[in-house]
Amino acid sequence: MTTTQPQTEAPIAPQPPRGRAPLTWRQRLGRWDVKLSPYLYIAPFWIVFAIVGLFPIVYTAFISFQDWDLVRNTGTMTGFDNFAFVLQDREFWLSLRNTFSIFVLSSVPQIIIATFIAAMLDKNIRAKTFWRMGVLLPYVVAPVAVALIFSNMFGDKYGLINGVLGDLGIAPIAWHVDVVPSHFAIATMVNFRWTGYNALILLAAMQAIPRDLYEAAAIDGAGTLRRFFSVTLPQIRPTMIFVIITSTIGGLQIFDEPRMYDTNGQGGSNHQWETITLYLYNMGWVDFDFGRAAAVAWILFIIIVAFGLLNFVVTQRFIAGDTAAKAKKVKKVKK
Amino acid sequence: MSLSRRKTTFGFAAGAATLAIALAGCGSSSEPESSNSAAAGGSGDEPVTLTLATFNQFGYSAESEGGADYAYDLIAEYEELHPNVTIVYNVADTSNTARENFFTKLGPGGLADVEAIEVDWLPEAMQYSDMLADLTNPELDGNWLDWKVQAATDADGRLIAYGTDIGPEAICYNVDAFEAAGLPTDPAEVASAIDGDWSKFFDLGQQYTDATGKGFYEENAAVLQGMIGQLEAPYEDPATDEIVALDNPDVKAVYDQLTAASESGLSAGLQQWGDDWAAGMANGDYAVTLCPAWFLGVIEGNAPDGNWDIANAFPNGGGNWGGSYLTVPASGANVEAATEFAAWLTAPEQQAKAFENVGAFPSSPDAAASDAVQSYTRAFFNDAPAGEIYAERAAAVAVSPYKGSHYFQVNDAMVNALRRVDEGTMNAADSWAQFEADVQAIG
Repeated sequence: MTTTQPQTEAPIAPQPPRGRAPLTWRQRLGRWDVKLSPYLYIAPFWIVFAIVGLFPIVYTAFISFQDWDLVRNTGTMTGFDNFAFVLQDREFWLSLRNTFSIFVLSSVPQIIIATFIAAMLDKNIRAKTFWRMGVLLPYVVAPVAVALIFSNMFGDKYGLINGVLGDLGIAPIAWHVDVVPSHFAIATMVNFRWTGYNALILLAAMQAIPRDLYEAAAIDGAGTLRRFFSVTLPQIRPTMIFVIITSTIGGLQIFDEPRMYDTNGQGGSNHQWETITLYLYNMGWVDFDFGRAAAVAWILFIIIVAFGLLNFVVTQRFIAGDTAAKAKKVKKVKK
Repeated sequence: MSLSRRKTTFGFAAGAATLAIALAGCGSSSEPESSNSAAAGGSGDEPVTLTLATFNQFGYSAESEGGADYAYDLIAEYEELHPNVTIVYNVADTSNTARENFFTKLGPGGLADVEAIEVDWLPEAMQYSDMLADLTNPELDGNWLDWKVQAATDADGRLIAYGTDIGPEAICYNVDAFEAAGLPTDPAEVASAIDGDWSKFFDLGQQYTDATGKGFYEENAAVLQGMIGQLEAPYEDPATDEIVALDNPDVKAVYDQLTAASESGLSAGLQQWGDDWAAGMANGDYAVTLCPAWFLGVIEGNAPDGNWDIANAFPNGGGNWGGSYLTVPASGANVEAATEFAAWLTAPEQQAKAFENVGAFPSSPDAAASDAVQSYTRAFFNDAPAGEIYAERAAAVAVSPYKGSHYFQVNDAMVNALRRVDEGTMNAADSWAQFEADVQAIG
């Protein structure tokens, strides 16, 4: 161990006397190379981001304080009026409620089912590739097509599902009228599309788990369930966190499915399934009120940042717990 | 417009779009005046390339519109008449796509030389009438119905769009359903049973509903469209553009009449254009529908085995639903040539040809009186003389309602209010209160 001392501590050459000798042009270039190159290499991303990411964000903020006319490209300053309007708008709060409700109804079952499917695919089954590609198929279908198929199935009067329910003697469900059924129907579309995708990511993580852990657990007498909960789940934790974060971000931005859920595309007569992105879209592209739409965009931004921070804190705790445990183990071994 | 669920920057999609527009605007906002004067005369011999943009099927050229075989190709015809003109014809798939495109490019420039707009967003376009070329031309007087011209004339008296087709409304009814309810089935008898005011229409509906227990029409919002279209200024004050919907007793009267009808079961509560609505048309869930000329194809498509007919009548006179215009954006490079082209396309002869191509009912009285239109019958509707009926229905339209800048927002709120009652989400009084709150939030 001692042979690989960090180089910085070892004197390489005798220090020149105070008042350094002037560097040659080559040396200077070499220095700049070391100092500046990394920034130059990442510069393309930041330049593109500044143009298509940062500038729109700032410009959106600028518009959000104005009564904006899209066509004439001018606006009058109105201060916080747009924000005040949005925060007092019943539609905004309803769409916020819908967003979270659909998010919970989609993300939670989605991750549970995806984990289960991944665990099954991780077993020794025949025609592995076939099954693994199979779960990804719904992801290939365009979301708009998914929405069209499902909104047909969830028809109030002539939908497939209500037809089956009717045959079973159950009263039809008003999928396009009642709040919870409409959220359930939209969450079903989201789950259909994303469960297989998440399952594949989790499967990749599961396959990276060393098999000897399972063997050791089996020798210790752990059953299948015990192995799943005590070996598989802890081992895929970082991937699980990744899946949770991405589906949170996606869940707060659900748009295609509610927009395609009925022909009107505005979230229902009483805003039963209008999500916050749909609210933003209606504000901007139906009402052409871009000032208010920009205000909604900023409020949504703040909500997502808040959620991201929450996720970050939770993630930190998980990972901190993990490394702390490892550190303890190492100490024990040393003793 | 397929926004991915996982696009993390979606919150700013609107912002980004606005940015693109702003950037584009910087480059070309000063163009209109300069290019206007440089416009080459269409009748000259200099070669001119004109762009035309429409949506759905205007009946101009089968090739570009992806339609079946048309009897005429108007684009090729114009190019033959004007050898120096080349026409590039673009067709958007829906009116909504065309609307977004129109308003995002109207300011910065980049629109086609001749742009089609639909009556649904004509009021929005009227707000920017100064950005559209003035198409006033005394020689063309009488080419269109008065109300069609009036709706496209701005406060300064500038005509900004030439009318193409219109949607005069008759009543289409399910013959078998009428028979089952013991109502007359002959088109003339049905017409006389409907001819009158709206309460006569609702009385007929009551008879039908009492006899069959089914809804008479599809939904309240569909009938609203016919009733509101007969008010001079339903939602806004023509003088000030202020929203007056809540103080207008006529609007409340329409609302009360409709919600009362739905309480007696006249509305089948099937949202127009939805899957249930289409299936309901085939399954006889409702017996009548307000039926503009372009709607005939919709019925044929949804109820191919049905037995429908057209009654030459409309409650309380006439009504118009839908139709389009051609405009010439003032920022275009060939305003003069484009104006000539638009005038030619909307002249009576060409309107009659477009009618023969796709059944777009002409807004020109001369075209409506032409043989091609008058002799037109529709086999599916028991060989109804559709051309004759709709020419008469078009002449019966007396009112072109004032549609200000907030017309469609208020109307959407009204449609939602009626749907809430249809669905049973709210009772009529609560839903009206919500409508009041929604309207107050507009602006």
